[in-house]
Amino acid sequence: MANISTLNTAAAGFDAVSDQVATGPRGRKPRRTFSPRNIMLYGTLIVAALYYLLPLYVMVVTSLKGMPEVRMGNIFSPPMEITFEPWVKAWAEACTGLNCDGLSRGFWNSVRILIPSVVVSIAVASVSGYALANWRFKGSELFFSILIIGAFIPYQVMLYPVVIALREIGVYGTLTGLVIVHTIFGMPILTLLFRNYFASLPVELFKAARIDGAGFWQIYFRIMLPMALPIFVVAMILQVTGIWNDFLFGVVFTRPDVYPMTVQLNNIVNSVQGVKEYNVNMAATLLTGAVPLIVYFVSGRLFVRGIAAGAVKG
Amino acid sequence: MHDVVSIKKNSVSIRDLSLAFGSVKVLENLNLDIRDGEFLVLLGSSGCGKSTLLNCIAGLLEPTDGQIFIKDRNVTWEEPKDRGIGMVFQSYALYPQMSVEKNLSFGLRVAKVPKDEINKRVARAAGILQIEPLLKRKPAELSGGQRQRVAIGRALVRDVDVFLFDEPLSNLDAKLRSELRVELKRLHQSLKNTMIYVTHDQIEALTLADRIAIMKSGVIQQLDDPVTIYNRPRNQFVAGFIGSPSMNFLPGELAEEGGKTVFRTNGVSFSLDGYEASEPLTPGRKVTLGARPEHIKVDSDIQGGEVHEAIVDIEEPMGADNLLWLKHAGHVMSVRIGGARRYAVGSKVRLAFDMSMASLFDAQTEERL
Amino acid sequence: MTAHAHAKRPNQLFRNLTAKIASIPMILIALGIFLGGSIWTVVYSFTSSRLLPRATFVGFDQFERLWASSRWIISIQNLAIYGILSLIFSMVIGFVLAALMDQKIRFENAFRTIFLYPFALSFIVTGLVWQWILNPEFGIQGIVRSLGWTSFTFDPLYNADIVIYGILIAGLWQGTGLVMCLMLAGLRGIDEDIWKAARVDGIPMWRTYLFIVIPMMRPVFITTLVIIASGIVKVYDLVVAQTSGGPGTASEVPAKYVYDYMFQAQNLGQGFAASTMMLLTVAIIIIPWAYLEFGGKKRG
Repeated sequence: MANISTLNTAAAGFDAVSDQVATGPRGRKPRRTFSPRNIMLYGTLIVAALYYLLPLYVMVVTSLKGMPEVRMGNIFSPPMEITFEPWVKAWAEACTGLNCDGLSRGFWNSVRILIPSVVVSIAVASVSGYALANWRFKGSELFFSILIIGAFIPYQVMLYPVVIALREIGVYGTLTGLVIVHTIFGMPILTLLFRNYFASLPVELFKAARIDGAGFWQIYFRIMLPMALPIFVVAMILQVTGIWNDFLFGVVFTRPDVYPMTVQLNNIVNSVQGVKEYNVNMAATLLTGAVPLIVYFVSGRLFVRGIAAGAVKG
Repeated sequence: MHDVVSIKKNSVSIRDLSLAFGSVKVLENLNLDIRDGEFLVLLGSSGCGKSTLLNCIAGLLEPTDGQIFIKDRNVTWEEPKDRGIGMVFQSYALYPQMSVEKNLSFGLRVAKVPKDEINKRVARAAGILQIEPLLKRKPAELSGGQRQRVAIGRALVRDVDVFLFDEPLSNLDAKLRSELRVELKRLHQSLKNTMIYVTHDQIEALTLADRIAIMKSGVIQQLDDPVTIYNRPRNQFVAGFIGSPSMNFLPGELAEEGGKTVFRTNGVSFSLDGYEASEPLTPGRKVTLGARPEHIKVDSDIQGGEVHEAIVDIEEPMGADNLLWLKHAGHVMSVRIGGARRYAVGSKVRLAFDMSMASLFDAQTEERL
Repeated sequence: MTAHAHAKRPNQLFRNLTAKIASIPMILIALGIFLGGSIWTVVYSFTSSRLLPRATFVGFDQFERLWASSRWIISIQNLAIYGILSLIFSMVIGFVLAALMDQKIRFENAFRTIFLYPFALSFIVTGLVWQWILNPEFGIQGIVRSLGWTSFTFDPLYNADIVIYGILIAGLWQGTGLVMCLMLAGLRGIDEDIWKAARVDGIPMWRTYLFIVIPMMRPVFITTLVIIASGIVKVYDLVVAQTSGGPGTASEVPAKYVYDYMFQAQNLGQGFAASTMMLLTVAIIIIPWAYLEFGGKKRG
């Protein structure tokens, strides 16, 4: 490459340009780190970030204080004496009208609702999405459109018919009933998610499998499923947070002894009897928010992808 | 014409330009002088740094080191709008919700250019590009070719000396592309502006350029006029990059036969009569012989010189031309002949190399000898 | 989808039979629950159902009673105030945050994580936290007073006139992260060459945003608008957790009206009528959007 470098440099130095080479601006334009633009930019972002973080901070510090300290005032001040008493009490002793065994009951109820709901809703929706993407038949798009429009209908409109239906098959008020409800109302968004994903896979793959003689289920389990793992994770994130955070279905379709955590939390905090124990309330609130928060912080970008997929196209 | 141009001053000069994203070096210590009124094409495959270089000239990317001069003014730290450039993008980058007229005038209005001056410039650009009937339309209502014309118009109204084109024709279909190519050439001839044009399409480069700079890995491999680039490639990369179907490369070595230096491969010797070497050809040196398909003559095309015999391996009729793949000396080489001449596979033909148009490359450095 | 011509063509009904069987849950849910359920509720909103649904039709009686109820009027007013302000603020804040995030900033991931985490929390948690922060005795008001400004008053949750703004603060905290994310995705989807062209043209950044980028993002704005709006109509948990509709009925919302009448007051007819009104509201938002979004595609 010897003569190339000579070529590149040979041209230099036969005109006015050469005089400026030593002195003029060169390379990157120097910038101050603390330019007005950067101060404005990062200043705004940091102030906004503090506003968003504030409630989390307040929850944590309040839950670590004893009641005397809470009553003394300032909710923003860090605890002078850290105590885990409120957490223990929220988990095991807090009262909700009838019983006083804390949020743990609601937690385990939620877990018992969550696991089957997530599994069943994802299983049903992934098969529907796969059928829609690859095995369209007359009317399949119409049903799908109804399903998607259904996602925008306020749940309140469909609550009572669902109550009647569940009562008819004898599962109203039970965890099974709630699992069915979560599966039904998770259908639109999950089906959409899976349909779009399967539709984005190369059609040739599906065609080749059909020529090889694979049937509906063989293609689903052998070819589609292994390729769809990321979208299953996205669907799981979506469903875990959605079902865990649900309040309306929990309060409508279950009885007090099987109330999910959110309903129980609301009953503990907003119960009118007894002295208000704010530190216990905040510990309970944090405990309830812990599951979706952990999912959120662990999943990171996938969570964003999930809500973007769910929201933009919903 | 080139002689006239070269007397003029430089329009754009690039000194020791380097650009790195983290540890990835995209451009390295690059120098380039572009003459006033010149049409320079930056040619290379994707990732060679040609678009990066163009964006540096435009001021859209900051170089890590080095300087950029436009009209002898150091613009290294200037904003794009102050550099006296106009730019045309591959995706047109028209403002979708503005009419063609607004698209052309938006920059001028922001710069608070007087109204009648804006109207004058828009009218002139529209006239040159023949887009007057489209002025009231939105970009969505235009065809690809029309959009690209508007995009050129937006550079035109800026009344600048240097036009930058970033693969402007790549989004168009083949027919439109060749039409707009001719228009661009005409535009350059009438405006006589400096134009810097990035493309990966060698036909565009060969047809449009006054000079072509072929780039690879952030380094300019050769900077010359199209004829020189085509016939006297500086190295094997340039030789292989330009030309379609590409040049035949026969690896072998130099040898002495009857007091003359010849090229020998697989025991077969080729006379080098007519080859203009830039350095002495010493026997024993490992070299590669490069010959373009049209520079190997077959049967009736032979006008003297050393004649070899070869066997037809495959025939590819392409309309105007017929491409023969011939087996000889343990190599398969492509030869371009007239479309009307046909050969049966397996038949014997006579062939001769036009050594005055061939190239010899050092096997190690891949530089032309 | 039309079938391919086969030499021996099996009965149309049995083509892709497994696929049809596998789609039964979807079809049942679509027809039975979403379509059937909605129609059922709308039909029964014209009956005099109280404790149990009864098919005794009474015309528009339930709707007349609904619109005569002060609690419903308050609910609608609250929804209007909350809805309009929430739309404006979440769009503006969401877009501004997204635009700031789009400036090739450092720690972008950290900022996004912070802005979006409230969205992972339930409305119940959101409502309870803000109930605590807005607590007049210990929260913001208490702190400002303890700093010496004893006449300072900021007790939205205990003041019927401004209680809906207290809920708005919490709602915005929970939801703007999502808007920011959607807007950021929209901004990232804009052709990089547009920004370059604007820079070469010498257009200042704020003008590029205002006159070029925002108009280009119209579809993103509309989609976001529809998503937020249809969420606002359903707002329920937040109010239940933060104020339980109080003080008095000052922070009632339609969704809570529906629940209370259906499952607490044993007055199904009112609940059905109120939910039908909610359906109507959503339809008013959705239909023009769906028409624009999907009707346009067929033509183009």
